[in-house]
Amino acid sequence: MSEIKGASVVIVGGGVTGLSAGWWLAQGGVDVLVLEKGLIGWEASGRNGGGCSHHHSPLFAEEQRLWPLMDELLGYPTEFRPERIRLASSEHQMALYGRALRNAARQGFDSEVLDLKQAKEMVPLAGDTVVGGYHYKFGGHANPHRTLQGYAWAMQDHGGRVLQHTTVTGFRTEGGRVTAVETDRGEVGCDSLVLAAGPQTGRLSAMLGQEVPVQSARCEMIVTEPLPLMPLGGVDGCGLYGRQTLRGNLAYGGGPHEWLALTEEGTPAKPTTPLMLHIGKRLAQLLPKAAHARIIRSWAGVIENTPDGRPVIDRLASQANVVVATLSSVGFGLSPASGRAIRDLVVDGACGFADISTFSLARFAELEPNWRELQGWQVTAATEALAA
Amino acid sequence: MTVPASDPKSVTGKPLAIAESVDVLVVGAGPAGLEAAISAAARGFGVLLVDENPVPFKTMGDDVPLHFGQGMAASARNRNTMMEAFVASEPRIVEAFEAGVDLRLGTACWGLYANGPALGWMPGLVAGLAGEDSCILVQARHVIFACGRRDMGLGFPGWEKPGVMGATAALNLATRYDAFGPRKAVILGSNTEALTTALALREAGITIAAIIEQAAKPIGDADLLAKLSAGGTEILAGHVVREATGRDGVEAVLIARLDEEGRPVGEERAIACDGIVLAVGATPVVDLIDAAGCKVAFQTERGGYAPVLNGSQRTSIGNVYAVGDCAGIWAAKTRDRAIAEAEAARAVAALGEDAADTAAAAAAPPAPDYDISAYRLAWVRASVIEARAEFHVCQCEEVTAREILEVRPPRYLDWQNERRNDRSLSALLGEGPPNPDQVKRLTRAGMGPCQGRRCREQVAALLALGAAQPLSAIPLAGYRAPVRPMPLAMAALVPEAPEQAEHWDTWFGMHAQWVPFWEVPARYTVATNDATGRVASE
Repeated sequence: MSEIKGASVVIVGGGVTGLSAGWWLAQGGVDVLVLEKGLIGWEASGRNGGGCSHHHSPLFAEEQRLWPLMDELLGYPTEFRPERIRLASSEHQMALYGRALRNAARQGFDSEVLDLKQAKEMVPLAGDTVVGGYHYKFGGHANPHRTLQGYAWAMQDHGGRVLQHTTVTGFRTEGGRVTAVETDRGEVGCDSLVLAAGPQTGRLSAMLGQEVPVQSARCEMIVTEPLPLMPLGGVDGCGLYGRQTLRGNLAYGGGPHEWLALTEEGTPAKPTTPLMLHIGKRLAQLLPKAAHARIIRSWAGVIENTPDGRPVIDRLASQANVVVATLSSVGFGLSPASGRAIRDLVVDGACGFADISTFSLARFAELEPNWRELQGWQVTAATEALAA
Repeated sequence: MTVPASDPKSVTGKPLAIAESVDVLVVGAGPAGLEAAISAAARGFGVLLVDENPVPFKTMGDDVPLHFGQGMAASARNRNTMMEAFVASEPRIVEAFEAGVDLRLGTACWGLYANGPALGWMPGLVAGLAGEDSCILVQARHVIFACGRRDMGLGFPGWEKPGVMGATAALNLATRYDAFGPRKAVILGSNTEALTTALALREAGITIAAIIEQAAKPIGDADLLAKLSAGGTEILAGHVVREATGRDGVEAVLIARLDEEGRPVGEERAIACDGIVLAVGATPVVDLIDAAGCKVAFQTERGGYAPVLNGSQRTSIGNVYAVGDCAGIWAAKTRDRAIAEAEAARAVAALGEDAADTAAAAAAPPAPDYDISAYRLAWVRASVIEARAEFHVCQCEEVTAREILEVRPPRYLDWQNERRNDRSLSALLGEGPPNPDQVKRLTRAGMGPCQGRRCREQVAALLALGAAQPLSAIPLAGYRAPVRPMPLAMAALVPEAPEQAEHWDTWFGMHAQWVPFWEVPARYTVATNDATGRVASE
């Protein structure tokens, strides 16, 4: 087995957060290596709705600034398209979705309230199943697969490296610093380490003496055959998130999740469930003129959440040269900004463009040890195969 | 101590609308499925046997479940006639009725969900079934897959024209429904599957103008070849199709000789025909099997990707079996249905037995007398790579071989700003063999409404050729439910539990997740969290 050349910064996790961080670092001239246990973007990063509109986040302003530039910055297509429409099937939903308008307005972004007539005009596939909606003049959507690969290729164009099929098994530490990452293909030396390993971030950070609390769950999406393009593809609501892709497919998800035990070995199984049918039912409610469209695939992703569902982007107190990052189930759209924040923490010691104090690990200092149980995030036991 | 309530937004406590429960569900009413159903009923099990055939004319037009290639005669539009013909062409269907089997024709199984560590929600084995206007969930104690075979697609300029079809589709149309459109066909391929197809079509009154084989010599049984020759069929080994010509459908096939390097050379020759039957690689139908999570592996002696089975035909999932062609295809099995029936009998004998007692390894089928990986790759090299003009390997998404091999973004993006010069597959995708799912995500090849039925094996072969690897090194492009396209309106026919509807949320339904950053408290504890706050996530 040939020895793996170390790097100044080793990033564990070839998801969208790790690859964006790698790209930001590489384009700044940093020698960076991303380690991925399977294929890049194979987990939640490649299995989401592609939304880019996170007005509750301290990274929102940077997310909004960067997305329109990403094709140019990466040199590869992301399929980003600006703006979104959210339709409500009840006054209750209408009231709930109004939060986005207020959050964005506070940060200087416009929205419009749509009545039924306007909603139907802007969304040709909509019908009388909605009461109205919002047109957000911010945010948008992109293609997760293409964006993901764009980060990887752009990082490689700047001299960064990706090593797939490489599993991290441990760390070598010295004087409160990580000096090498141990993998199933040998040791990899590093000056700094970034843990952005999705559900595995908790287990790996615990090995370094300070656990990022996370729990994994499975969520699901469906996709239909292509339909004629609507003027604005970023349409969702009625309890669903998703978009019409630039090819014309409707890709949507929502509904209950299943909390899962962490699989340490290999990539987790990601079976879909009959939830597909109920997502389909709601999609036909959201866009009744698409009710004839055929579902051609469904898929599931395994995603981690912190106890409060908010990201962690912070330096470990236990090891001076380690940055940990989980975007807690909402990582794709924020990735242009989260990668930059990680780059800042690694290179400058602090995020220079946003106040990310709400992403600190310190907020969990008084977290109950049995928080999973207290929040009801139990794993449903598998039953034995039924004997006859 | 009180046990905290489970997360109301999770699947816990959300029952599924199971319409029926059965002892044994058998999917597919061919020789193996019928034998399984009839003998399971004889053992006293309640048996539900479903078969999607005959599928409606429109579904055939979409190349579901087989590559029909618009080769249906007009009579295929008459559903009653098709149903009668289907029943009449297989005497054991009536026998199954008489044995008390609950037999539902025109009913597809579009998914199987199995309880397991990654899927605690399922109460056991839950199958999704759909008829023309119905969609239900059925729970089964045992499932026996007998899903049959389909054919590897093989492209050439003009292969999208009506009249280019898979051998299995041609055989079904001609021998079961008497609804085969073409009157004069050429067959691509000369293995046993190809030759038996040719003979069966000839028996059904179709002229077989020629057998085209890229290999230097025909590879199938000499007796079968002799029979075909005697009947006037030309055997053209060392040849490949250059183009299918014709205005609204195939009117002729242009062929050329191959040189020793497998490159088309010399003058082309036209053979008049209105059907081109692709018979270069019969492959097990593993869509449901793979989507359910059963282990599958590339097994040369079983015709390609096939389920990993024990001696009782049991898959890696307890109580799920595979029998007949979907469990593996080889020459002797193609010629003698008793082999498939014996597999079914073994599976039924194991029903209700402890898996450990039936753990004997499966007896290996005889090794094929040719290298199916090299053979299929040679076809794709001669027909697709050496094609004289670009054409769509993935017809649904209109992706060419070059676009697949260069991992190009789809043309609708009109992407001009191409920075990368090194376009080798390995440089683009990193280490290890290229993964068709990864290529699919980037090029869209295999992403269309035919669900990859026409291009899946070709894309794998292209990637194998591009990476200089055997077919077995290329992972299977994953299958996911629904393995048959399903209208949203049909999905809506399965009711949703009120508990689920009440708690439905766009995302995880966590109030704290969506609190704007300027309102976030400095510390988080479960005790101080407002878990009842408003959600409907962003």
